[in-house]
Amino acid sequence: MRPFTYERPTDVAAAVKAVAATPGAKFLAGGTNLLDLMKLDIEQPTHLVDVNRLPLSGIEDTPEGGLRIGAMVTNSHLAADARVRQRYSVLTQAIVSGGSGQLRNKATTGGNLLQRTRCAYFYDPSKPCNKRHPGSGCSAIDGLNRNSAIFGASDACIATHPSDMAVALTALGAQLETMTADGATRTLAVADLHRLPGDTPEIETNLASGELITAVVLSPAPAGGQVYRKARDRAAYAGGLASVAVVGQQVAFGAVAHKPWRAERTEGALKSGAGAVEAAHAELAGAQDNGKNGFKIALVARMTADALRQASEGRGA
Amino acid sequence: MSSVKDWAAPNPVTENRSGIIGKGVDRYEGKLKVTGTAAYAYEVEPPSPPAYGYLLAATIARGRITAIDTGAAETSPGVKLVWTHLNVPAQARRGERINPRSQRPSNPALASDRIEFFGQPVAFVAADTWENARAAANLVQVSYAAEPAVLDFRASLETAEMPHGEEDVLIGDFEGAYAKAPAQIDETYFSPLQNHVQMEPCATTAWWEGDKVTVHTSIQMVKGGQHSLAETLAIPSDRVHLLTRYIGGGFGGKGQAYDDLVLAALGAQALGQPVKLAYTRQQMFQATIHRPAVSMRVRLGAEPDGRLNAFAVEAVTHCARSAPFVEHAANFSRNLYAAPNRLTGHRLVKMDIPHAGPMRAPGEASGMLSLECAMDELAEKLGIDPIELRLRNEPEVDPETGKPFSIRQLTECLNTGAQRFGWSRRNPKPGQVRDGRWLVGMGMAAAIRGNFLLPAKAGVRIDGTGVVTLRQGMTDIGTGTYTILAQITAETMGVTMDQVKIELGDSEFPPAPGSGGQFGAATAGSAAFEANMNLRKALAELAIGDPNSPLYGGDPTYVTFGNGNIAIENRSESLATLVSRAAPEGVYVEGSISPAADARDYSQHTYGGHFAEVGVDTVTGEVRMRKMFGVFAAGRILNAKTAKSQVTGGMIWGVGTALTEGNVVDNRYGSFINQDMAGYLVPTHADIVDLDAIFLDEADDKANPMGIKGVGELGICGAGAAVANAIYNACGVRLRDFPMTPDKVLEGLMAKGL
Repeated sequence: MRPFTYERPTDVAAAVKAVAATPGAKFLAGGTNLLDLMKLDIEQPTHLVDVNRLPLSGIEDTPEGGLRIGAMVTNSHLAADARVRQRYSVLTQAIVSGGSGQLRNKATTGGNLLQRTRCAYFYDPSKPCNKRHPGSGCSAIDGLNRNSAIFGASDACIATHPSDMAVALTALGAQLETMTADGATRTLAVADLHRLPGDTPEIETNLASGELITAVVLSPAPAGGQVYRKARDRAAYAGGLASVAVVGQQVAFGAVAHKPWRAERTEGALKSGAGAVEAAHAELAGAQDNGKNGFKIALVARMTADALRQASEGRGA
Repeated sequence: MSSVKDWAAPNPVTENRSGIIGKGVDRYEGKLKVTGTAAYAYEVEPPSPPAYGYLLAATIARGRITAIDTGAAETSPGVKLVWTHLNVPAQARRGERINPRSQRPSNPALASDRIEFFGQPVAFVAADTWENARAAANLVQVSYAAEPAVLDFRASLETAEMPHGEEDVLIGDFEGAYAKAPAQIDETYFSPLQNHVQMEPCATTAWWEGDKVTVHTSIQMVKGGQHSLAETLAIPSDRVHLLTRYIGGGFGGKGQAYDDLVLAALGAQALGQPVKLAYTRQQMFQATIHRPAVSMRVRLGAEPDGRLNAFAVEAVTHCARSAPFVEHAANFSRNLYAAPNRLTGHRLVKMDIPHAGPMRAPGEASGMLSLECAMDELAEKLGIDPIELRLRNEPEVDPETGKPFSIRQLTECLNTGAQRFGWSRRNPKPGQVRDGRWLVGMGMAAAIRGNFLLPAKAGVRIDGTGVVTLRQGMTDIGTGTYTILAQITAETMGVTMDQVKIELGDSEFPPAPGSGGQFGAATAGSAAFEANMNLRKALAELAIGDPNSPLYGGDPTYVTFGNGNIAIENRSESLATLVSRAAPEGVYVEGSISPAADARDYSQHTYGGHFAEVGVDTVTGEVRMRKMFGVFAAGRILNAKTAKSQVTGGMIWGVGTALTEGNVVDNRYGSFINQDMAGYLVPTHADIVDLDAIFLDEADDKANPMGIKGVGELGICGAGAAVANAIYNACGVRLRDFPMTPDKVLEGLMAKGL
């Protein structure tokens, strides 16, 4: 950890301005990922702008019948909210399958979306990694890459995004509200937040410098069952080997790509009347086995087919 | 030297008049630990403000340092010193031993430009804060000349050699008998390299007073650590005062000293200021010892009725090129099942990875994963229940040596376990029991682990208030040593637990060998018992010889101790009254224990039976525990709570071994892929839903005066095999490659068309 300066503003515009004005500045929310990475010298912010005092901790009903979730709502509060549990059960299922109770108590909605990959090589500063040192190479491609991407990977990076919550939000078609450095606000889809690695895996999102996520907005959930399924090595406190979120006929995969993966081909197949197994395979036909992660292709196909069956019966997991 | 016959006589512990022995007494130091007031090595307050150290680790597996630039680190804020092999103070050469009685030789840090494994410390920085030390360490620039390294164990099996000084054990004609056996099993099982993952890292706080150094460090063996540091610094061992009061887990990984000990001591000397130094979590994985991977071939040749006629267990394992260590993974099988024709032995691959070393139940923990799965495979092949197969091969005497067993309750463990667990619910045909998307199955395995007694001493003192203080250079690594020593002392002296004080972990106390090999309770406890018996004798003589005592002139044979009193029939006085009057300065005596001369005439072990029920998710291949039950026979149990905690902890480790735990060397770098607790998966609470264990009534009067045996390692022995066998029973997928992660199980399910 390197020396850094710190401030804790109380209004959103001031926070955004503070990060935009200081090279190397970062927002600090729950700190469950950023602080770990700072201790390992992987993140080296010069200045931290603590957003915990910003008025972004509410969950409000929208006039359209959806929910507007403040970026500072903790994962625990969001998962426990009665409206979320009733109307967006996939989101509760996803959140409680991630991290641990302690982590969810600290982790925030905005921070969860912006957590970085759990690729073991990213966490090991003694190894080349294009995310840490662009151009140094990817240790994972020829390494022990059992938990790497099967969709959208590049020669520069095969890391996956680890969030469970983001997978559910992607399946729900959630929108983000942000404030940019000039104080303007904009909206973008959660599905458009993260980027594929391409040649620049160090650039992980489409947020501009200093841009702050202020809220996640959910439309009324589409009809149909909601299911979140996650496969993992141990029963709790483990990243997914893969996960699947199903909301009616909307489907997203987790831990399979550099971003939460909206399974558009599966959705298309479902619209054309395909059965669960066929629809699941429609997306997996485009998956790539990078050496040691091939099991994920079958795993996701099986989980998707099973989750679609469950959802069609109108059940949660 | 005594004989085991001498131990069979009744004594205060075996008579257990007040009932403290065996009771589930709360931990002696429990309140200190749960309130955060038990000071672990790094937390000990030194006499003046300390400097903080940080180690920089090598990033190649083998080679040498060609250049090392510390300029930027030396001028970094708060830095007090930066050491490398070029400027570290002189230390004795590695392996040197000036005092022939030293238990450990010199173990110098930063000793040369040679790199022998990834993670080896190459620089030491001390600064005013830990953060500044770490920041400076990251500025040290090291250049290496890498050399070819042996890093891939599985690819090196062909190069395995007979370990130095060993030979295979051959009895009868294995090959001939195996060739003729009507039923044969010939399978190879693989268990991965494992890390200890203690909660507390290796850590030292050191300071000097004159020419004497005080070190608080986290180590399982007090004398070993003291001698190792003294030899490294080339000073007499009485100038090293080593303390290790509380230890946050050892599991064998802290049986030796690491570079934190010597560099904290040297740093404190150079700076004239206390120094604290700890390994990081990543360094605990990369730069301490590990349990090596084992590849085991098991061949069983049986008659149709299940009786084994030919039996071979052959282990291939690995160690560091410069640090010979053999994981004796086949040894346990020499005492377990009867078979007239036998072959057991070990082969070793020398590698360029960190040192292999002992980890909880070395030998058994990985070794039993193979044979206890092979027995399950044989049982199925013969259509015999796996418990019945084991009962049919139960030996009457030790199958290798022919020695009588001191006591062997394996059969009782298996039968009792079967009944309590509900083994009769098991469908012997795999893949038959469904619960929604889950397939459910049951498996079992036997457990065996040796019992040991080593030489040890203890000192005990009673003061004028009647408080009895036991002092011993023993350690409590979280197992309950403080507590059982308090129970032994209270019962022997006839006082309540709150009249007893236990002081451990100090090199200036009477020595005990420390914690390891599940010998701690029997060894330290027996010495404590002997010390207390000597104190009884001394107090009896004091009272009988004191004209002011109501016991004056009595017959020492009839002296009894109880309720805080010393008595002969109805003549009594309190211990406090006696001591404050007749020996106001207190009475201090010592006691010692050694193995009996004829102890080796018996085959002496602890035994158990494991029973596991698992669910296999047919969609994902995930395995989740449903139930686990263990029955153990391990001599007299001193504390129902801490003993059960030991065996259930071992069973949980077995679950981890079967399902999640293991590390893998990245063959390009020589580093382990998992180097934190997010990557190396030990079981969480959610993984362990219904797990219980019981002990059978037992006293082993050949073991030691109290008839107790070790329990610290028994629980893990065989546990993982029971889980693996349950997976097979659930879904028909027979895996022989631990851990059995969803990717492997899923592949098996798909191969079966599931």
